[in-house]
Amino acid sequence: MKNVLVNLEHISKTYDNHMVLDDLNLYIRENEFLTLLGPSGCGKTTTLRILGGFEQPDTGKVIFDGADITCLPANKRPLNTVFQKYALFTHMNIAENIAFGLKIKNKTKDYINDKIKYALKLVNLDGYEKRMPDSLSGGQQQRIAIARAIVNEPRLLLLDEPLGALDLKLRQDMQYELIRLKNELGITFIYVTHDQEEALTMSDTIVVMNQGYIQQIGSPERIYNEPENAFVADFIGDSNIIGGTMIQDRLVEILGARFACVDEGFGQNKPVDVVIRPEDVELVKPEAGTIQGVVSHIIFKGVHYEMEVQASGFEWLVHSTRMFPVGTPVGIQVEPFNIQIMNKPESEDEEAVKTDE
Amino acid sequence: MNKKMLSLPYLFWCAAFIIIPLCMVVYYGLTDKTGAFTLANIAAIATAEHSKALWFSLLLSLAGTIICLLLAYPLAMILSGMKVSQHSFIVLIFILPMWMNFLLRTMAWETLLEKNGIINTVLRFLHLPSLNIINTPSAIILGMVYNFLPFMVLPIYNALTKIDPNVVNAAKDLGAGSIQTFLRIIFPLSLPGVISGITMVFVPALTTFVISTLLGGSKILLIGNVIEQEFTQTGNWHLGSGLSIVLMIFILLNMVLSAIFDKEGEGATL
Repeated sequence: MKNVLVNLEHISKTYDNHMVLDDLNLYIRENEFLTLLGPSGCGKTTTLRILGGFEQPDTGKVIFDGADITCLPANKRPLNTVFQKYALFTHMNIAENIAFGLKIKNKTKDYINDKIKYALKLVNLDGYEKRMPDSLSGGQQQRIAIARAIVNEPRLLLLDEPLGALDLKLRQDMQYELIRLKNELGITFIYVTHDQEEALTMSDTIVVMNQGYIQQIGSPERIYNEPENAFVADFIGDSNIIGGTMIQDRLVEILGARFACVDEGFGQNKPVDVVIRPEDVELVKPEAGTIQGVVSHIIFKGVHYEMEVQASGFEWLVHSTRMFPVGTPVGIQVEPFNIQIMNKPESEDEEAVKTDE
Repeated sequence: MNKKMLSLPYLFWCAAFIIIPLCMVVYYGLTDKTGAFTLANIAAIATAEHSKALWFSLLLSLAGTIICLLLAYPLAMILSGMKVSQHSFIVLIFILPMWMNFLLRTMAWETLLEKNGIINTVLRFLHLPSLNIINTPSAIILGMVYNFLPFMVLPIYNALTKIDPNVVNAAKDLGAGSIQTFLRIIFPLSLPGVISGITMVFVPALTTFVISTLLGGSKILLIGNVIEQEFTQTGNWHLGSGLSIVLMIFILLNMVLSAIFDKEGEGATL
């Protein structure tokens, strides 16, 4: 296990009587790519701003490499930030932008020039030294913003939705660039986004947040395959979330039918939430299915067909490469290991609030 | 209808009241009483009396502009850091004097500053030494600063509010302290506003004759007063026009300087 680099202890923050973060506890390991993921207003950007030193928490501590930096101003912190809309200095050319942090630290001219060359090469923009920021495209400006941050050799890089303003193709390219950068530099990345696909692609660890609370922390696979509550299941990818009853270990009843599953330890006849990913729903002949239904809607999505199946009063979302025309009677089958059982939320604090996003 | 037609009234206005008078000033400035071409009216600026007035005008308007800048910049910074609901009220307080007539405001200062004016009466009542700045250059500078300060505050304020707070955060994030952030980021980014503020204060201050007449008494002659006298008292339109052309050269110089710096047209947003 790598060392813990940053520790957030009991962080709370309130704006105008609105609780943004409530007793947040989180640690980040060295050389980790950690993503704070959640809908807008979930507290992810506030968490990042507290780390960067642009906000003070009402309570709690920020521990960096064993030292308490809660009260340290932003300009004294051993970390750098890449801002959402790049925040380049428009009155300086690219070289001056990148050199800014190094000049403040009184580095020598040769050192600074080497660093500028190295950083521009790293972000694939050699020869852009004399250009002005306004003459660059959004993707190029974003890469300059990253270059400007990493020349300072921070141990921690904070990224605040850096790809939000880019178009889809460019965003995907930049995702790979960021992973490459992280591996080449060995810097710890904390990345804020509301885009679940971005989070799944890049992260070592995803922290799913909602309404100031951490909903789940885990690897992308774990977050996707074993969401701990309905919010996480709903926010990460598409899913069918159905209220059901755990009859006994490895047997769950949903919509009046019994499905075999692999979960144990929930007790007998317990109400639970059941998550089934649309790609895990298998459509078969009606007599072969556990539940019978009728295809009510179909859209071609490129890789697969997205279908809606009305069965036992529930609208199932189904992804399949096989096409079933609207009106076809079908049977629904799910492999036991593809059924994810979750406890129903017990209190507001542990809530699984649905959002409009 | 052709959209260009809509600009006709303005073009007519522009020709009748700006271009034709300007041509006339140039014509009068470059001719003598017989109508023959001469540069004597322009060369007249070199005479001791005229060059002294021009020099003095430049000096006073420069001092007034600098004082305006020193007062306006911190104020604009405070205003730009405020929430919208608060700043509209404070901006109003600063704009409010502009709703009163310029002449009235300056005459009010005359009565305030007089030997037995309100300020000195209060000072005497408090047994403090009296303030004798009426009819001195200081009074003229005071009048300039008072009258033109809003024209400095607003463009600077405009430029400051356009700075993305994250750009300032980025500078701090990269290790810059408050002073370095100001010198390297905030001030350079606000420069277009500063330049247009300087233009909007310096040009009217340089050409004023009302402020110098009312607050400077008859002792201090600014170039504006000299030109005014040539037109209204001496009746020598040729000399007045010639001196005006010289003054215009200074104003154009200032405009060229601001055009170089103010590429984004911050002043135009006022």
